[in-house]
Amino acid sequence: MKFLHLIFVNLKRKKLRTLLTAGSFMVSLFLYGLLMTIKLALSGGVDVAGADRLVVLNRVSLIMPLPIAYKEQIQRMPHVADVTFATWFGGYYQDMKNFFPNYAVDAESYHRVYSEYIISDEEWAAFLADRQGCIISPPLADRFGFKLGNRIPLEGTIWQGTWELNVRGVYKVQRREMLTSELWFQYAYLEEQRPFFKGTVGWYVVKVDDPANAVEAAKAIDARFRNSPFETKTDTEKAFAAGFANQIGNIRLLIMSIGSVVFFTLLLVTGNAIAIAVRERTNELAVMKTVGFSDISILSLIMAESLVVAAIGGGVGLALAKLFTLGGDPTGGMLTYFYLSGKSVAAGFCLALAAGAAAGIIPAVGAMRLKIVDALRKV
Amino acid sequence: MVRVDGNGSGAVVEIRNLDKKYYRGEEEIDVLRGLNLDVDAGEFIAFMGPSGSGKTTLLNLIGGLDTPTAGSVRIGGEEISSLSGRKLASWRARHIGFIFQMYNLIPVLTAFQNVQLPLLLTRLSKAERRKHVEAALNLVGLGDRMHHYPRQLSGGQEQRAAIARAIVADPKILLCDEPTGDLDRASGDEILDIISRLAKEYGKTIFLVTHDPVAAKRADTVLHLDKGTLLECTADGEFVCRSEETAQ
Repeated sequence: MKFLHLIFVNLKRKKLRTLLTAGSFMVSLFLYGLLMTIKLALSGGVDVAGADRLVVLNRVSLIMPLPIAYKEQIQRMPHVADVTFATWFGGYYQDMKNFFPNYAVDAESYHRVYSEYIISDEEWAAFLADRQGCIISPPLADRFGFKLGNRIPLEGTIWQGTWELNVRGVYKVQRREMLTSELWFQYAYLEEQRPFFKGTVGWYVVKVDDPANAVEAAKAIDARFRNSPFETKTDTEKAFAAGFANQIGNIRLLIMSIGSVVFFTLLLVTGNAIAIAVRERTNELAVMKTVGFSDISILSLIMAESLVVAAIGGGVGLALAKLFTLGGDPTGGMLTYFYLSGKSVAAGFCLALAAGAAAGIIPAVGAMRLKIVDALRKV
Repeated sequence: MVRVDGNGSGAVVEIRNLDKKYYRGEEEIDVLRGLNLDVDAGEFIAFMGPSGSGKTTLLNLIGGLDTPTAGSVRIGGEEISSLSGRKLASWRARHIGFIFQMYNLIPVLTAFQNVQLPLLLTRLSKAERRKHVEAALNLVGLGDRMHHYPRQLSGGQEQRAAIARAIVADPKILLCDEPTGDLDRASGDEILDIISRLAKEYGKTIFLVTHDPVAAKRADTVLHLDKGTLLECTADGEFVCRSEETAQ
């Protein structure tokens, strides 16, 4: 504690330099916060995907449908505990920019398979009783101010026209990562109204009796429909979510590349600033050694200065990133889970400290090795 | 008592056969050659000699800032030339006070904070540190300037703050490297008065490096260094030097 004053007076002696160095950390950590938020938003489904669920798609493409008749066949296969299905609708509310994921689901089985979404019995019963009923997520309700009983006119993009839906429920989630901006409505309503692709679904979701049997079940499903007009490609939900995220590109590599460049630049900038600060104080450091400061104390003081700058700059950057993400998805629906997690903040702070330590170590070792006699002679 | 013949014993400073060489490229420069010195506690010694004669080097070796090429430096019975860097730093903090020509105060710290610097390495409480610092600053007559920054002090005041820093941890030995070299005569005299008081009233053993014969006259003993060899001088109007061999 008694050395804190020394650290802060040294940082204050060139205020502009300290501000700019801390500013480098702030900008870098703000960027890091946003990159981590985007990464999580794009791959968030991977983290919440059920280990006991498989996704069955058309082998040709995600956008190609599968026959609804497959449901019963899949249901009878070994290790299959339950089956549901959904179809991508791709509608928007009032304006194209108000896009959000919306799909028609099998009202009978969907909630059984996705039991982690909490919907009250009354709301679910109201949804089942209303052919035009829909269930929405809390972020969607917040975004447009939808309430139970409201009527939502969805403009179809695949199936043109206005599709009138009634809000019958707002689900709750156990984990924040599961909060996406989405809407489910009854497959029966879609099937009744759409002019083409009748009798098909977008994908099946299969619940297996044991996650250990997932691979075997997936192979069996694909084998069952091989050489049929609608061959399937079955994956675990996690692999499906990861694959979906990777369609945008290798997000992890992208994030790592940008992050690495930013941090390397940060290291150079900060390392240079601290090296100059130490060089300017060569004589003072020699005097401190003369009055009894050990080499290790000098090293620690310089490192502490670097770490304090990193902690303050990095902390402010992360706080700003957090504030920015609290404003919600800035893309209007593309990144529905736009949230900077505590884990990412903690990792970012550690990263800032590591960068501070790396930037400070060379000047600090130089100061530690400073020979008093040589340094005093330079006065 | 001061001896340069290497025959003393029990002195607070005992230097034996001290050699210090520097290397400039392949050229070997003998700065100190087989130097012997015994100084009892409470002595005030002045080192004089031409530039490059090894005065500051000798001071640095006594203060543990540099290591000898050969020979031994025993201070208070402890051989300091064999101490590790960390032990030497700790030893310096407890036993040695340094006063430099250019004061070497840290510009971003007040006089109080500069003087407090050596005490940060001790286990003294904040209140105890304050007491020691105030006592040291009052002793050098700077009690009313303790919260001034070095830039707000005159040269003489800066040097007094530097003396307070040197004595705040109550070291037994003070090493003064041309402490009046950057001051006018009046300020220089004030500084020399303080240094003399520290020797006479507080029993400090003082080594003063100076080019100024007036400053040297304040010392009990004046030693002359020339070409790495120590000569004992008697300040008796004119300096008459006798070499180690003569002394023996």
